[in-house]
Amino acid sequence: MTALLEQWAARVRAAAADRTPLRLRGGGSKDFYGEPPAGGTLAVLDTRAHAGIVAYEPTELVVTARCGTPLAELEAVLAERGQTLPFEPPHFGPGATVGGCVAAGLSGPRRAQAGALRDFVLGARLLDGRGELLAFGGQVMKNVAGYDVPRLLAGSLGTLGLIVEVSLKVLPFAVATRTLRFDMPQTQALATLNAWGGQPLPVSASAWSDGVLHVRLEGAAAAVDAATRKLGGETLAGQAAAAFWQSLREQTHPFFGGDAAIPLWRLSLPSVTPPLDLPGTPLIEWGGAQRWLRGGDATTVRAAAARAGGHATLFRGDARGNGVFQPLAPPLAQIHRRLKAAFDPHGVFNPGRMYPEF
Amino acid sequence: MTMDSTAAGPRFDVDRSLLVARLRAVLPPDSLLAEEEDLRPYECDGLTAYRQLPLLVALPASEAEAQAVLRVCHELKAPVVPRGAATGLSGGAMPHRDGVVVSLARLKKILRIDPLSRTAVVQPGVRNLAVSEAAAPHGLYYAPDPSSQIACTIGGNVAENSGGVHCLKYGLTVHNVLRVRGLTVAGEIVEFGGAALDAPGLDLLALMNGSEGMLALITEVTVRLTPKPELAQVVLASFDDVTKAGNAVASIIAAGIIPAGLEMMDKKATHAVEPYVNAGYDMNAEAILLCESDGTPEEVAEEIGRMRAVLEESGAAEIRVSQSEAERLKFWAGRKAAFPAVGRITPDYLCMDGTIPRKNLARMLIAIAEMEGRYGLRCANVFHAGDGNLHPLIMYDANQPGQLEQATAFGAEILELSVALGGTITGEHGVGIEKIVQMCAQFTPQELDAFHRLKQAFDPDARLNPGKAIPTAARCREYRQTRGGFPDTPAADAPRF
Repeated sequence: MTALLEQWAARVRAAAADRTPLRLRGGGSKDFYGEPPAGGTLAVLDTRAHAGIVAYEPTELVVTARCGTPLAELEAVLAERGQTLPFEPPHFGPGATVGGCVAAGLSGPRRAQAGALRDFVLGARLLDGRGELLAFGGQVMKNVAGYDVPRLLAGSLGTLGLIVEVSLKVLPFAVATRTLRFDMPQTQALATLNAWGGQPLPVSASAWSDGVLHVRLEGAAAAVDAATRKLGGETLAGQAAAAFWQSLREQTHPFFGGDAAIPLWRLSLPSVTPPLDLPGTPLIEWGGAQRWLRGGDATTVRAAAARAGGHATLFRGDARGNGVFQPLAPPLAQIHRRLKAAFDPHGVFNPGRMYPEF
Repeated sequence: MTMDSTAAGPRFDVDRSLLVARLRAVLPPDSLLAEEEDLRPYECDGLTAYRQLPLLVALPASEAEAQAVLRVCHELKAPVVPRGAATGLSGGAMPHRDGVVVSLARLKKILRIDPLSRTAVVQPGVRNLAVSEAAAPHGLYYAPDPSSQIACTIGGNVAENSGGVHCLKYGLTVHNVLRVRGLTVAGEIVEFGGAALDAPGLDLLALMNGSEGMLALITEVTVRLTPKPELAQVVLASFDDVTKAGNAVASIIAAGIIPAGLEMMDKKATHAVEPYVNAGYDMNAEAILLCESDGTPEEVAEEIGRMRAVLEESGAAEIRVSQSEAERLKFWAGRKAAFPAVGRITPDYLCMDGTIPRKNLARMLIAIAEMEGRYGLRCANVFHAGDGNLHPLIMYDANQPGQLEQATAFGAEILELSVALGGTITGEHGVGIEKIVQMCAQFTPQELDAFHRLKQAFDPDARLNPGKAIPTAARCREYRQTRGGFPDTPAADAPRF
């Protein structure tokens, strides 16, 4: 263990002994996300000091990085070798770190086609609530030795422990890309996206808002050309297209702007769900499976999402006691409490960040 | 193989006659097996070297019946071992002597195929290939394709996080499952994941994949279906040297190509296969590679061109591209029949399942060749080269005294070398009972404790598939003493994964 990790482990053990929980924090770019820390202001464990890429071999399609590594730095190193994190994680600020990215578990526009962040997590080292440094998973594509703790950590919001290091699968950039634009009402856009989803088309991202559908094609040049001929639409200039998808990934698109007091809901739904009977017009991504909504009260939004077979997250805004995440069914909530106790028996890490009860 | 007490798992004090009476009350008469001759077919799975008669076998035909069985077992504190088609190769479905095997073979309905949302809802006993067959009229298929796909079931696929020959591009089971519905050991209904792409809370769905039947009993699975590519073609390349073949694999990836499948077989494997299926492999080659491209016809032509260039540059002695779907299937038939083909030329074999970084493929092959001499046993090698997953097939004769022990030691050495080369002891077959001891080489006592605690979060009394996958601390202490060299607490920052 390095001196820094020894120091962190000692700090965790002291926090466990004194029952003084810690707030894990990297660049703070996702401070807004999740429940506010329980029990008021907590001591912050800043993860940025443990930084750097530990191993990267492009032919292995795997990169291993320490938690404090700036996400931008990691992506730049991959890009030099023509590779990328296919799930396009949002940064939400210049300070985003690799550890925070994995703990938040968020994925960007390519998620429906390429998979989510958790699909690319191969291994992780974790400082648990006893101050033990544990390694799970590995740096190979296929690994079923032991339970899949690395994927469990993806999106765990630091509630199970401090993700010290992570190994991620990476992929080469697509050879060709093109963005097509179609004027289309919401119902037709949803039907069209689902119909295209069932065909072998190289659709790598989609977004509908305000009567306009954007579709990004990526793949071999021949495949992108063939799909363009088949789908029609109007081609966006390369730079404008890149800026458009970036504005969705980082939520700088005008849909996400305006009055910050208006809550932003993220609805995760079966892609075939018809337009929901909720006030306001959504911004739709992931072929219909992710829908953003401005405004709306928690009970109504959650009930509509649940009826459709999905769930709703208050992504930005004040939960006012309604909870950020959709409540869990009782047997699942019990498993969550027990898992929390298994990894963090003294409740050291990010108490209440995911659900107030743990 | 005669099992020592630790291999058979912990003992449970179960009143058999009471258990029989209580289960008879909740199941139809033909759904409970209690006579030895009826139990015999359940004594092992695909790992036939290990056998154990269960106390009883229950065959529920619905989730409600499965729930009733689990409730009775819970009340009487009897262990439960879930079982699908029992094609598993690591003994994950081997019975417990004090426990009830719950076979999910009768839960075999495809409940729904929804072409628009590209999903299928199936019961756990549905065969892997049956899902693709049912989806085919819609131009869709279920992507994970383990070689046992004719027989293996979706429930078992989830339990083992099964792969296949196309998972480099299309992912493993964990990447293709949206929802798992099941029962806790206490018989409570739980749902992990859902109809959407993600679910609130911790990602318990990811945890269910590869959990070897130790966290919950699966009763229903929603899988993602994938549009069938317009065209697939495979390149068959021969090499006069295994190192060249291994390096060609790395070069293909380095060129930015993600093949739909990338498989390698050595000479011993091709020689076993060729007389059996006439796949048309080059019998003079030291190793062959199968490299597949799929997509639109234009895309495939472009990619095959790039693959061919890399393979030529890597020193391939011969390159053939499948010219028809029939020829493509013929090239693959050899690979898919590799295990039964080896089974024809040897009385018994052990199949290993380590995964290593691709760059070490050639090094591993050379090491295995050296071990063959040392153990006096032959080993044919079949690799999912694209993702570094090895299936060395160690040939032996169980009727020759000492050969099983030699084969087991040979296999253990391959697995330990996999860990030492930066890999893992199992890529897709699971730990089960077969590799439980090698878990001690891959994980520290603290990590193994964390696994035990994780299991307790689902199964507080450790009654669901007890004694599998995660070794006890005592077992590992014994292992470390006999092997030597493995310190009790490896330096935590040593590069072990």
